Amino acid sequence: MSNAAIKIPRWVDVGLIPLVNIALAFLVSGVILFAIDVDPLQAVEIILYGAFGYDEALGYTLYYTTNFVFTGLAVAVAFHAGLFNIGGEGQAYIGGLGVGLGILAVDPYLPFIVILPLAIALAAAFGAAWAAIPAYLQAYRGSHIVITTIMFNFIAYSLMVYLMVNVLIQPGSMSPESREFAESGHLPFMHEVFGWFGMEVTPSPLNLSVVWAAICCVLVWAFIWRTRWGYEIRTVGANETAAVYAGIDPKKVTLLAMCVSGALAGFVGINEVMGVHHRLLLNFTAGYGFTGIAVALMGRNHPVGIVLASLLFGLLYQGGAELAFEEPKVTREMVVTIQGLVILFSGALAYMMKGPVERTYVRVAGLLQRPAAQGG
Amino acid sequence: MTDFLFTLLLSFDATLRVATPLVFCAMAGLFSERSGVIDISLEGKMLAAAFAAASMAAVSGSAWLALGTGIAVSVCLALLHGFACITHRGDQVVSGVAINILVSGLTVVLGIAWFARGGQTPSVPNTARFTPITWPGAETLGEVPVIGAIYSELLSGHNLLVYVAFLMVPLTWWIVYRTRFGLRLRAVGENPNAVDTAGISVARLRYSAVSCAGILCGFAGTYLSIAQNAAFVREMTAGQGYIALAALIFGKWRPVPAMLACLMFGFLDAIAIRLQGVEVPVIGPIPVQLIQALPYVLTVVLLAGFIGKAVAPKAIGRPYVKER
Repeated sequence: MSNAAIKIPRWVDVGLIPLVNIALAFLVSGVILFAIDVDPLQAVEIILYGAFGYDEALGYTLYYTTNFVFTGLAVAVAFHAGLFNIGGEGQAYIGGLGVGLGILAVDPYLPFIVILPLAIALAAAFGAAWAAIPAYLQAYRGSHIVITTIMFNFIAYSLMVYLMVNVLIQPGSMSPESREFAESGHLPFMHEVFGWFGMEVTPSPLNLSVVWAAICCVLVWAFIWRTRWGYEIRTVGANETAAVYAGIDPKKVTLLAMCVSGALAGFVGINEVMGVHHRLLLNFTAGYGFTGIAVALMGRNHPVGIVLASLLFGLLYQGGAELAFEEPKVTREMVVTIQGLVILFSGALAYMMKGPVERTYVRVAGLLQRPAAQGG
Repeated sequence: MTDFLFTLLLSFDATLRVATPLVFCAMAGLFSERSGVIDISLEGKMLAAAFAAASMAAVSGSAWLALGTGIAVSVCLALLHGFACITHRGDQVVSGVAINILVSGLTVVLGIAWFARGGQTPSVPNTARFTPITWPGAETLGEVPVIGAIYSELLSGHNLLVYVAFLMVPLTWWIVYRTRFGLRLRAVGENPNAVDTAGISVARLRYSAVSCAGILCGFAGTYLSIAQNAAFVREMTAGQGYIALAALIFGKWRPVPAMLACLMFGFLDAIAIRLQGVEVPVIGPIPVQLIQALPYVLTVVLLAGFIGKAVAPKAIGRPYVKER
């Protein structure tokens, strides 16, 4: 009997190896917690209760999840075209700027029902525009997209500080924030929505953009796997030379993929600016763009995986905040650390466990087959 | 007029101080990228080294021990980067991002666990720092116009690591262009197949290159926390690793132009504060944020091929797979 006869089934590649990688990341996180004198098991308990234990916690968890779905989808769409978009943070920031500018301009005159589609369109347009410049430079001028998107994060940051401090600041205010939007520019909170149906829910920042995030997941799935553009994106990502032979223009695909990616990242602005803060302010992106990288790698660039990974990071963000409250030694940065480890093990070291896991599978499968073969 | 010259001199003086970590990191990136390994993790390695050096200086009271620790930690991260991208052929950018995010979290977590000061380390006494060195005769020569001022203000009065940084530039040039290791390093970044055919291990060369990068980032981090400042503060690198990367690209992956780019970016940073609120004819006041964003904007413009052309090492970003 030869082991070569045993085929590695798909679930090992798609399910088992990613799980092993994530388990390794959490194992190392546990070791770090242990090293700073925090009981990892107790920490898990506090995190889980803090994230799911009561309705306010659940609201916060889903609110974070919403952001991660947007940024995770953004990174994933670019990944499908073989592009690494590190600029999610800047695109989200500028997307939020678009939302804010739009609402500030029209909120005294227009009703909510008109403002909402306008805000979504502006978030997408501003985010896409901020991604389109690096995409154009990569496609037509040969500059590396990773470097340009990093630079554009910093440029976005400087631009926002300038605009908030010098232009958009509310006159007479000390902190760099715009005026609050009128009521018609507020995206309703979910506790308000539940209130309409007579349900009593503890207030949390969770707002209707969670529904938009769910819709985006379906749209992205359909776009990537059910449209010609998605097919072209995947073809270029898989093999650019073959794509050219098939008559696909990789330059246009680069632009398309990055614009979709930037638009998705821009939707963070809907959640944060229109949904939670109701004004333009600084630093509302808070690193969500970078978490999107971890989310996309963990979710293997598929909307289902991204939702699961976003939930996990939402849980970690919210539960981690609770843990920081309970354990003075732990802060939010522990979550950042875990995020780094997830990117390391599921991204950079993705192939490390492939060999060992496949060999183990072959050995186990071989052992299971032998008695059967002898019996027959 | 003399006032203006003196202000300019002080700006140059500040430029040297600001540019020092950039120069270390740009040289670090040069070693790594010339060998074909993209190094986004300059920022993370520098931050880790800054934390390690400040912790060690606070605990042991020895600046040299702190420098050693900073370098050791940074080299460990560089080897992790190598382990992911060279041994396991992982994505070099993803690995770099992972290290940056990991370090930005871990330094604060460990800082709070060890020192309980909200992520800062205790401030380091001067005896455990690299303090300014006054050159012989700086005080007396300071009286001499022009030359004396340059000698006493610009050249004298920096700490040891500033001088080391600028000595690293000719050293890097010499290693990369005048030694056998350097020749192989450049070859492995352009055409690893040829190097492999010549019977030289691609993996070993690239590991040596990322280790060199680790050592230099260790210097940069140590400089930040115990020479320029007297403690580690969370996120104290504040994007300087990326500016160094930009400078490296701006200098087209060559030591001297990269150093000049570092000096230019450092100068922009040094004058940004002075230019705040200054009215420029026609344009009006210059926003500080514009000057702060200028290194990034300039790099994007350069990369787009509008000022010369920056051509990266040919094999950059591609893991080497031996043909069978």
